Amino acid sequence: MSTDLNAETPVSLSTADKVLAGLKRAFLSGGILPLLILLVISGLFFGLQEPRFLSLPNVLNILRQSTYLIIVSMGQMIVLLTAGLDLSVGSIIALVSVVSAIVMVEVLGASPDAVGLAMAAGIGAGLAVGVGVGVINGIGVALLRVPPFMMTLGMLSIAFGAALTLSSGSPIFGVPETYSLIFGYGRLFSIPAPVYFTAGLFVIVYFVLNWTPAGRYFYALGSNRRAARLSGIKTNRYLLYAYIGSGVLAAIAGLLLTARTASGEATIGQDLVLQSVAACVIGGVSLFGGIGRVGNVLLGAFFISLLTNGMNLIQVESYVQQIVVGVVLILAIVVDQLRLRYGGHARLD
Amino acid sequence: MTQAGLAQALDFRAAAAGDAPLVAARRRAVPAPGADPIALRITGASKRFPGVRALDNVDFDLRAGEVHVLFGENGAGKSTLISIIAGALKPDWGTIELRGERIELHSVDDARKRGIAAVFQDFSLAPDLTVEENIFLGIEPMRGIVLDKRAIREGARHALEAFGFALNPRAVVSSLSRAEQQMLEITKALVTNPSILILDEPTASLTDRETTALFRLVATLKADGAAIIYITHRISELEKIGDRVTVLRDGQKIDTLPIAEVSHKGLVELMTGRPIGNFIPRIRHEPAETLLSVSNLSTRNKRVRGTSISVRGGEVVGLAGLVGCGKSEIGRACFGVDAIESGKIEFLGIPVPAPSPAAMLRRGLSYIPSDRHREGLMLNRSMRENVSLAVLDTPELARGGVLRRSAERSLARRLCDKLRVRPPHIESDVNKFSGGNQQKVLLAKSVARKTRLFIFDEPTTGIDVGAKVEFYEFLQELVVAGNGVLLISSELPEILNLCNRVYVVANGSIRAELEGDAIDEQKILANFFHNG
Repeated sequence: MSTDLNAETPVSLSTADKVLAGLKRAFLSGGILPLLILLVISGLFFGLQEPRFLSLPNVLNILRQSTYLIIVSMGQMIVLLTAGLDLSVGSIIALVSVVSAIVMVEVLGASPDAVGLAMAAGIGAGLAVGVGVGVINGIGVALLRVPPFMMTLGMLSIAFGAALTLSSGSPIFGVPETYSLIFGYGRLFSIPAPVYFTAGLFVIVYFVLNWTPAGRYFYALGSNRRAARLSGIKTNRYLLYAYIGSGVLAAIAGLLLTARTASGEATIGQDLVLQSVAACVIGGVSLFGGIGRVGNVLLGAFFISLLTNGMNLIQVESYVQQIVVGVVLILAIVVDQLRLRYGGHARLD
Repeated sequence: MTQAGLAQALDFRAAAAGDAPLVAARRRAVPAPGADPIALRITGASKRFPGVRALDNVDFDLRAGEVHVLFGENGAGKSTLISIIAGALKPDWGTIELRGERIELHSVDDARKRGIAAVFQDFSLAPDLTVEENIFLGIEPMRGIVLDKRAIREGARHALEAFGFALNPRAVVSSLSRAEQQMLEITKALVTNPSILILDEPTASLTDRETTALFRLVATLKADGAAIIYITHRISELEKIGDRVTVLRDGQKIDTLPIAEVSHKGLVELMTGRPIGNFIPRIRHEPAETLLSVSNLSTRNKRVRGTSISVRGGEVVGLAGLVGCGKSEIGRACFGVDAIESGKIEFLGIPVPAPSPAAMLRRGLSYIPSDRHREGLMLNRSMRENVSLAVLDTPELARGGVLRRSAERSLARRLCDKLRVRPPHIESDVNKFSGGNQQKVLLAKSVARKTRLFIFDEPTTGIDVGAKVEFYEFLQELVVAGNGVLLISSELPEILNLCNRVYVVANGSIRAELEGDAIDEQKILANFFHNG
């Protein structure tokens, strides 16, 4: 920036200015581009470090690993859109895993041949847990006006405690093999089963957010809650729906993870809290609500999975990995802030 | 805290505590005879934002001891120019000279240290702190390492007294009205003892009495050698206190003129670039059936007490009164925003025991809030989404729970053309539009839905004359089409010229009802201060 040129200098842009302006625009629009660049760079980096990284089995592996995070991140995104936050997703996963495993084991214990019934009951119970926690979060935030951070932080502790109590702190074995196969290990055309479920959920979330009034209302709530109310939107109802959505998506991730571990575990899922927020922020979802695209969230979640998988392959210690993910999260938020700051003054006329 | 800031605060305190006339007791750069009287000179200032040239090669000079008015439509570049002078924005090109010395301003704080203080429309107050804490925010007097609370208290009291603002120094800012916050903001700027003061539409939310106090203050500052940049949309104000006026249009300077040499009409034509006839159209009222009838209404927040009004189709009914008299709350209660304690509301002949915005919109009553940013618009969403937000539950825009996005686009495009939103970019985020165009988006939103009665709450605050005229034409169309309008306004000319009937509100209840030729300025004003 220069204030040296005098008034007679014709107003023109040099090439360097144009390139800079272009980069700035790409940055401000917060489109998909920066993410793709990140993906390519990290892919190349790990690929050079470790040839196995780009092998087909590993790519499929990353795809499968990323599914759980993608599902949770989509729920987290819905809540973030309303200018909220859901810290309880990890505990929902834990509680769902324990409850669904217990229900399946109990049903099988009563009638050992009723595998289908056991699976249906387990899935139903798991989804009910997701809805239940979502409803409590939603009521707390919408009706009782508890700040989302505190409400879901409380639920994090409650649901996690419930999962530990129910399981007495040890894994629950006896989940039917069919269940593990269908929802965890199975492959169709060599693509892991969870990938299909995730694709289906992605389509649903995309549709809801972009093609239904409800989706639009989530954005409206986060963008300006008062304006939303004056526009005739039942704000409390849609806040509740957002938390239920997040709860259900976390529950589905919990059910899929239970299939993967073939047991009910109270200790799975807590990593996904931070990672899901990071995936959203990297994907351009604003922490202040009202902004975000689900496609970018998918890429953000995929990027984090790529990062963790790559670090595993080049044998970065898991403790160090936690540091890296934290750094990535903070960097993403810093970038978000810069975007707001530079985008804020722009005017059209 | 900065050393200079502290010194000034203490200096101020000394002045406040002493018996010297406060405002005069300043170390201000009074131009010595023969010295250059130019306090500030901007040469060739240009500023681009992505896709727009907000300021284009603008020259501007400011003399010590003058009030220099900046005049122009929303988006003409006034805000950009004062942001540059206040250090909030850096120009892409151009130079700034302060008292003949070339300077670069790096931040608002930097500008403040050089004696440039600004009062922007968006307040810079800490809502949870008290008035006195806000006045000395960042320049707190200290005793050793602790706050000198007594000095803060005394200083704040003296400052408010000297400037003629009746504020309680211990009040928490969030409990103040907008007008009171405006006074505090001005006080805060003045305690730093600036030699250049920028006031951005300072009277927009002030009552006449407060405005008079402010003008007196400005006159004192001026006599003391301060240079004042004053932005206003009100031509009467400009004549009352301005010395020179600079007109901006589309980011360019049109002219700088002594105010004595320009006429109302000439100014507006300079500003808009087109001749403008009569500002406020005469609306032909043809009152038909009663749409809204309110009897003995009181709200739970006690701002409305025992009010009865009615609005018919084909007429504009005005609610006049001072800021804070409860006239907004009457409209808000009818729409279901403010909770009702007692009384009856009937709309289209049907009693509405517990109105809510959703229910009232469905019945055909719409309330258009005065605060566009806080209550009206989703600033970080597109114009299209804003316009359609209140109609997404209708079959026109959603069938079977699925949005009809092409119908939504054509709705937005149609209303964008109809209300002449500029630029006509329906996919642009609303915060990229100027104030006047944001107001148009809000109006577009209100007519997107089938509505019989429109309640406009201060619809022309902060928009320029051109946009105002367009709003009045819009109002006329609504009324001619048989709709009813309840116009809540603090602008007397609007009340006098647009309304078929006027209710004067004071202290939460109706003091007078005037109709047709009986609507007259004296009668309205006489009832403003009635406190029975």
